[in-house]
Amino acid sequence: MRRHVAPAVALIIDRLLWSVPVLWLVATMTFILLHLAPGGPFDQEKLLPPEIKANVEAKYHLDEPVAGQYARYLGQLLHGDLGPSYKYADRNVSAIIADTFPVSMQLGAAAFALTVFLGLAGGILAAWRPGSWIDRTSLLLATLGVSFPSFVVGIVLILVLAHEAHWFPPALWEGPRYIVLPALTLALAPAAYVARLTRTSLLEVAAQEYVRVGRAKGLPPGVIWLSYLLKAGLPPVVTVLGPMLAALVTGSFIVEYLFSIPGMGRFFITAVTNRDYPLIMGVTVVYAVVIVAANLAVDLCYGWLDPRIRTSGGRGR
Amino acid sequence: MRAGTAFRGHHLALISGTILGAIALAALFAPWLAPYPFDAQDPSRLLQSPSLDHWLGTDRLGRDLLSRLIYGARISMTLGVVTALIATAFGIAYGMAAGYLGGRTDNLLMRLLEVVYALPDLLLIILLTIVLGRGLTGMIAALSLVSWVTVARLVRGEVLRLQSAEYLDAARALGASHLRIIIRHLLPMMVGPLLVTLSFRIPAAILAESTLSFVGIGLAPPTPSWGGMASDGWAALRFYPHVIIVPSLAIAVTIFAFNVLGDYLNDRLNPRAVVSVKR
Repeated sequence: MRRHVAPAVALIIDRLLWSVPVLWLVATMTFILLHLAPGGPFDQEKLLPPEIKANVEAKYHLDEPVAGQYARYLGQLLHGDLGPSYKYADRNVSAIIADTFPVSMQLGAAAFALTVFLGLAGGILAAWRPGSWIDRTSLLLATLGVSFPSFVVGIVLILVLAHEAHWFPPALWEGPRYIVLPALTLALAPAAYVARLTRTSLLEVAAQEYVRVGRAKGLPPGVIWLSYLLKAGLPPVVTVLGPMLAALVTGSFIVEYLFSIPGMGRFFITAVTNRDYPLIMGVTVVYAVVIVAANLAVDLCYGWLDPRIRTSGGRGR
Repeated sequence: MRAGTAFRGHHLALISGTILGAIALAALFAPWLAPYPFDAQDPSRLLQSPSLDHWLGTDRLGRDLLSRLIYGARISMTLGVVTALIATAFGIAYGMAAGYLGGRTDNLLMRLLEVVYALPDLLLIILLTIVLGRGLTGMIAALSLVSWVTVARLVRGEVLRLQSAEYLDAARALGASHLRIIIRHLLPMMVGPLLVTLSFRIPAAILAESTLSFVGIGLAPPTPSWGGMASDGWAALRFYPHVIIVPSLAIAVTIFAFNVLGDYLNDRLNPRAVVSVKR
């Protein structure tokens, strides 16, 4: 029957169409914000004589009216050109992002895998015996994970596992061993959150009557868990994974800074310090694309996991 | 089944409350409590370990860490509480407007909110601080402009839930004005959940500020921000770890205490508690 396919396709089209105004809004908001910022990008070099400064500003079209700059910016954006970098004169923004984005993606993907694994395992173990020491420990870890800023977690990991134990390198990005500490730093808080959510969701399902009926019928615990609890309890967890993936990719800048990883986030921080506006705008737009894509992916997964959504064609959230 | 079930024994909440009370007092009486001014440099005592003169040691400019920690409490507490209050006030107004007016206004307001909600908080805060400046006021403004979203969603949801309640029909039938309905009949019903979100907004703001200050794009030095202090200690991590451990511990303990207290309030005040996606 077509009914099972059409809503999913409609959902994709709806989401893709909706993503266009969102991306435009993000691009425009960033443009406006950065033009509201007090002081021009070349104000810091106070030594620049006025005529040279004028030349520099002419080169980057900063002498044109704002509307013209905006039109130029949007036009370039449509062609995938993110403009020149003010600070790195030899490279444009697209080239910098092409170099650094894969690094952030690798880090984000590793952290995402860790988050899903640790979060689901912790949540399932906690829900297995609510109130047990496993449950209590996971709750404590979860609250700690939410409370510790990731840079504090990173510092502790560097001090203990790199400086004291020498198990992993404390910084840089030169091979698989270099991924472990930053990915762990990035994943800990979201993993704790996923664990709590998984636990809550599983216990909610466990309290449903049809589960009690299943138990009363004498179904073995394995069947109860696999075809009752996990099947109904995991889809709600999936909804947060999309924003979480986006948060891991976009939130990596602290970790990249901490471990001196040449990713997009570290360049973003430098760009903010340097007032390198095109680079800031470029990274922001790329982040927005990542977020839109991650949410789309999750909507699709969710529709696939939860038949109720599949037939009604409703949204995942 | 809620986030804070294991804390129902009050003990942890009590301890957290005491810790936060102590930090608040330290923030309030900083000039009397701190043994040195927070920006006094002593070139003859750089990077000292804890001693009788400097209980927590000194940083790389010879500034007393205890004094900076105490003044830092002032910054963190002010920033957290003021941000949470502004965000709550604005969130109430926005959520009320969306939920109470409904229809097209609601649709428009919620779509707009979705865009803000979809973007990562830290990214937005960074972009806003570029415009608003890196002083305490600018930082509070940037944080507030981001953290009202959760409150607005909560308030709108509550309004929609209460809309059809019989006592509201009664009030309307008796001719109560819109303002009266909002203030007398809607707001008091959400005090519990609002207090809970308020208590989670405070640590969220402190966390965001310290993270940004740590990577050097938060509060501008020499403001004694805990994140900034940790950033100072970062360079000396290998040989003088106390410089970074002291402020990091302060941040972690404060945020942990707020979260425990929030969980406790959640258990107490929120009858239909659910784990919120974005705290």
